[in-house]
Amino acid sequence: MADDSQRPSALREGAEDAARIQITGLTKRYLTPKGEVFTAIKDVALAIEPGQFCSIVGPTGCGKSTTLAQVSGLEKPSEGSVSVGNHVVDGITNGVSYMFQADALFPWKTVLNNVMMGPVLLGTPKREATDLARDWLRRVGLAGFEDRYPHQLSGGMRKRVAMAAALINNPRILLMDEPFGALDVQTKAIMQNELLQLWEELRPSVLFITHDLDEAVALSDRVVVMTSSPGSVKDVFDIDLPRPRGNVQHIRHEDRFLELQEQIWESLKDEVTRAYAKTAGAAA
Amino acid sequence: MTTAATNHVGTHVYPKQNPVDLQAAARRGAQRRRLWIWAGRIGVAVIVFGGWQLFTELGWVDKFFFGQPTQIWEALVKLFTEGTSFGSIWENIWITMQEALYGFVAGTLAGGLLGILLGSNKYLSAVMGPYIRIVNSIPRIVLGSIFMVAFGLGMFPKALLAAVLVFFVVFFNAFQGVREVDQNLVANVRVLGASPLQVAMNVTIPSAMTWIIASFHTALGFAIIGALVAEVLGAQQGLGLIISQAQGSFDPDTVFACMVIISVITLAAEYLIGLLEKSLLKWRPPNRSEAASI
Ligand SMILES: Nc1ncnc2c1ncn2[C@@H]1O[C@H](COP(=O)(O)OP(=O)(O)OP(=O)(O)O)[C@@H](O)[C@H]1O
Ligand SMILES: [Mg+2]
Repeated sequence: MADDSQRPSALREGAEDAARIQITGLTKRYLTPKGEVFTAIKDVALAIEPGQFCSIVGPTGCGKSTTLAQVSGLEKPSEGSVSVGNHVVDGITNGVSYMFQADALFPWKTVLNNVMMGPVLLGTPKREATDLARDWLRRVGLAGFEDRYPHQLSGGMRKRVAMAAALINNPRILLMDEPFGALDVQTKAIMQNELLQLWEELRPSVLFITHDLDEAVALSDRVVVMTSSPGSVKDVFDIDLPRPRGNVQHIRHEDRFLELQEQIWESLKDEVTRAYAKTAGAAA
Repeated sequence: MTTAATNHVGTHVYPKQNPVDLQAAARRGAQRRRLWIWAGRIGVAVIVFGGWQLFTELGWVDKFFFGQPTQIWEALVKLFTEGTSFGSIWENIWITMQEALYGFVAGTLAGGLLGILLGSNKYLSAVMGPYIRIVNSIPRIVLGSIFMVAFGLGMFPKALLAAVLVFFVVFFNAFQGVREVDQNLVANVRVLGASPLQVAMNVTIPSAMTWIIASFHTALGFAIIGALVAEVLGAQQGLGLIISQAQGSFDPDTVFACMVIISVITLAAEYLIGLLEKSLLKWRPPNRSEAASI
């Protein structure tokens, strides 16, 4: 119980259970500008084991980001609950890092200061935080870019900075919302390999949102398919490809990979069509 | 003009020219353009001041009311060599500048703080909103008279009027700046474990700062206007007083001379603010203010 509130460095020992995510009956309703109640997700139930890499796929607008927001504690569920470790999430959870769908680097801070934010906000002395940030920038291949501002970086570099900033606190839970969505294919593959490598080292539990089924299968232990809006869990696929996965570009061609990918697409296809019909219908 | 244009098109149409020639041609073109711009600028000045001089010389316009460039120059020289009845011109410039500066600093601090406070607190902004709009809608220059009556002829009421004018400019910008804060960034620091104070220090205030700094140019103009108007209303020293004295003795040339002095001061201050802006906002991509910086 007590180790839950401790700093990440001390967190590792009790990490086994502290990193379990349990989502039960999670429902989130929003008030639309017109004053109507809109149900974004409905009765989502999901468990992520400690150290597991879990991807969520689903049609656009089905409530994937909404689910993540409830797990992080940024928003409060309308019904149901999220537990991290043995604690029901109420307010920001300790030891959670979040890579947002939109760019969330501080434009007025240098790359180094952006990465340093995590430790600094936890009260780490400035010196230590600087050293740590430099080390992390080196690990994501951005040594020498410490003094640049975000607008002076390419899109891929910005994602690396965001990744370093998310991992520097050694989180037990890593939430990633389409982190590589806007990248070109080659950069994406490189980033995926880097992410896998860092994940193998730190072993946080990961909730990873993506629209890219290749990406989902290549990275994950488990892929969750969500229904169209209001979203709930439709299917869960266990990905039994051996670990370490090695280069994501190579395993794409293995038979088992293609088989799994095919199954997931079968499940997802209907939802995508339904979501499209719904928005097209609403527009008409 | 037309031949120049066709020439230009011509160099673009034939891609066979070698790069060195093209570069030289481009450079020559740019040089020519710059030359024309400067010729135009000088032309405008010659037409305006030459016309003014000519018309007053010919008597089409009465120089007794509208002054004359050569006489303005003489008045300017006189101001700097002989001084005024209220001490040397430098002394008077210094007084006015101090008033404007104090007003600028006080107004910026108050406006920035209150803008950030009201911008980040829904309850406070709902309560204070109507009052701020009411105060904003009254002609604030008139407050100068009240300050004069209440605080006498010293520097304080001038700085106060300048501060009031500056306050509203900065206030509305700071308020808007807080409202426009990127909610992604707020979510980001909150997940990292920031307290409300840390959210303010790391996100709200820095992003409001860009808006506040953007208001500095306008605010500076208002600070100088505030100080001058208050001096015209009643003072013992200052450029505003020189202007109102000159007005009383039907001396438009001295009024214009003071205007020249004020413009020079304002341009210099603008330049300094530009430097400040550049150093504070060096993190920003450079294209946004380009259009405004002509
Ligand atoms: N604050 C809010 N107020 C009202 N409606 C919201 C709010 N946030 C999200 N929604 C709605 O909830 C639904 C789910 O949104 P969400 O962002 O979770 O989708 P998503 O699955 O992440 O989609 P995408 O894949 O396009 O990112 C959408 O229809 C959206 O319009
Ligand atoms: Mg989303």
